Amino acid sequence: MSTRIRLARNLSQFPFPGWAKKTQKEEVLGRCLEAAARIPKIKNPTGLRIDELTELERQILFERHLISRELSNEPEGAGVVISKNQACSIMINEEDHLRIQVIKNGLHLKRTWNFINSIDTAIEESLNYAYTKELGYLTACPTNVGTGLRASAMLHLPGLVISGQMEKVVRAVNQLGIAVRGIFGEGSDASGSFFQISNQQTLGETEDEILKRLNSVMATIIEREEDAREKVLEDDSNKVFDKIGRAYGVLRNGHLLSSSEAMNRLSLIRLAIDFGSIPEQSRMLVDRLFIECQPGHIQFNANKEIEPNQRDVLRASLLRDAFARLPEPTFDHFTQ
Amino acid sequence: MAESINCDICSKLATVHLTQIVNGKIHKIDLCETCAKEKGVTDPNGFSLADLLASNGDNDELETLHSDLVCSACGFTPEDYKKLGRLGCPSCYEDLAPMIAPMLTHMHKGIEHIGKEAENTLAREESQTKVSDVKALLQKAIEEERYEDAANLRDELLRLNEGSEESHVH
Ligand SMILES: [Zn+2]
Ligand SMILES: [Zn+2]
Repeated sequence: MSTRIRLARNLSQFPFPGWAKKTQKEEVLGRCLEAAARIPKIKNPTGLRIDELTELERQILFERHLISRELSNEPEGAGVVISKNQACSIMINEEDHLRIQVIKNGLHLKRTWNFINSIDTAIEESLNYAYTKELGYLTACPTNVGTGLRASAMLHLPGLVISGQMEKVVRAVNQLGIAVRGIFGEGSDASGSFFQISNQQTLGETEDEILKRLNSVMATIIEREEDAREKVLEDDSNKVFDKIGRAYGVLRNGHLLSSSEAMNRLSLIRLAIDFGSIPEQSRMLVDRLFIECQPGHIQFNANKEIEPNQRDVLRASLLRDAFARLPEPTFDHFTQ
Repeated sequence: MAESINCDICSKLATVHLTQIVNGKIHKIDLCETCAKEKGVTDPNGFSLADLLASNGDNDELETLHSDLVCSACGFTPEDYKKLGRLGCPSCYEDLAPMIAPMLTHMHKGIEHIGKEAENTLAREESQTKVSDVKALLQKAIEEERYEDAANLRDELLRLNEGSEESHVH
């Protein structure tokens, strides 16, 4: 569904942000903002100081995966540079001086790497990195030293969740030094069946090797997901159709929707699109709704802070409106 | 559905499951959303199980074993690492190597970097060292009144400075 790569980089001659004094962080921030403003591949970047943003603005950036919770909680000397299309963000003075991140739609590890690689090189043209030939890029946490590379892919795996196979898959994948975790929301029910898989090791392997391994693991998981979906349809298609139909009903007609319920129902709608039960043109809208249903976005659109209960009302209303434009799921093409 | 698994910390329903092979041993951690957040597991890009393991045990040992170590550049000690779970500055890797090296063996595939090189940084640092080397030689030549050597060295210094300025403007 989407690919994300981040590189951890630090400037030589400065303590890491967690150990630096305020003045040192300010100087790092200044240098990094300046360097980031001159990257040829990023046109019209926006450079922001976190301490100049409101709580809600920080929350929005967080929900859009442009900054981390940590950066928004510790604003001293912290900043972020965001490309105009929001595909690239560079966090400054998070755990490391620089956290360069690129997100691309679809599963494109190689292309994402090529892009972030060129951004990294451009920054390094004007800044001296903390780097040694033996250990590579030096990072605040030894778990990131070496390539400083963390690559991850977000996968939508409702088939594996519905068929109860997720545990097994996670265990198998972990054997290969790859982590899997659920994402989106506070809900317990696998949070909309979205999972992020990422490499855990950064030293002793080239970037290419790391990405290749992740890629092959990803391909295997996707294959398993397809098998699981096929099997679920074979075994008890009515059960799945019923789940989808109910999800549609609730999203189209509900008046109180928590963010975790919304995530899980939307997840089924996304599955219906994969099944061809809802037209493909609706995919963009549904993917956007996953973000817009997050608490910060609900409040941002309402232009004020809102209690959770009231948020559930607004969320349901947003979804009712959206689903008024979304055709009902049909399952006729499954019965020959 | 698979049987439900409970959080290792508070025994609520776990939604975050992590496993990693470290040195041939399987470490498995299951956390609920709240505890995962608290432990900083919410950002998949910034998290590694090795962090969590490191902060859960072995550190007392580390501290007493390397209590005499201190980073000459930033004053960081193994005790600080125990508190923060992060290092102080790039030089810590060298000055606290006896503490860090065994950790790296546990965490990673290898202990030597074989990925992308910071070419510009290396080139700039190299020319920086060369400049100070030549400066020292020049100083010495002047003191010893070897004026022909001094003239040559001064020319070389000018050449080097030009080079480094070009790469700066780039
Ligand atoms: Zn817990
Ligand atoms: Zn240090």
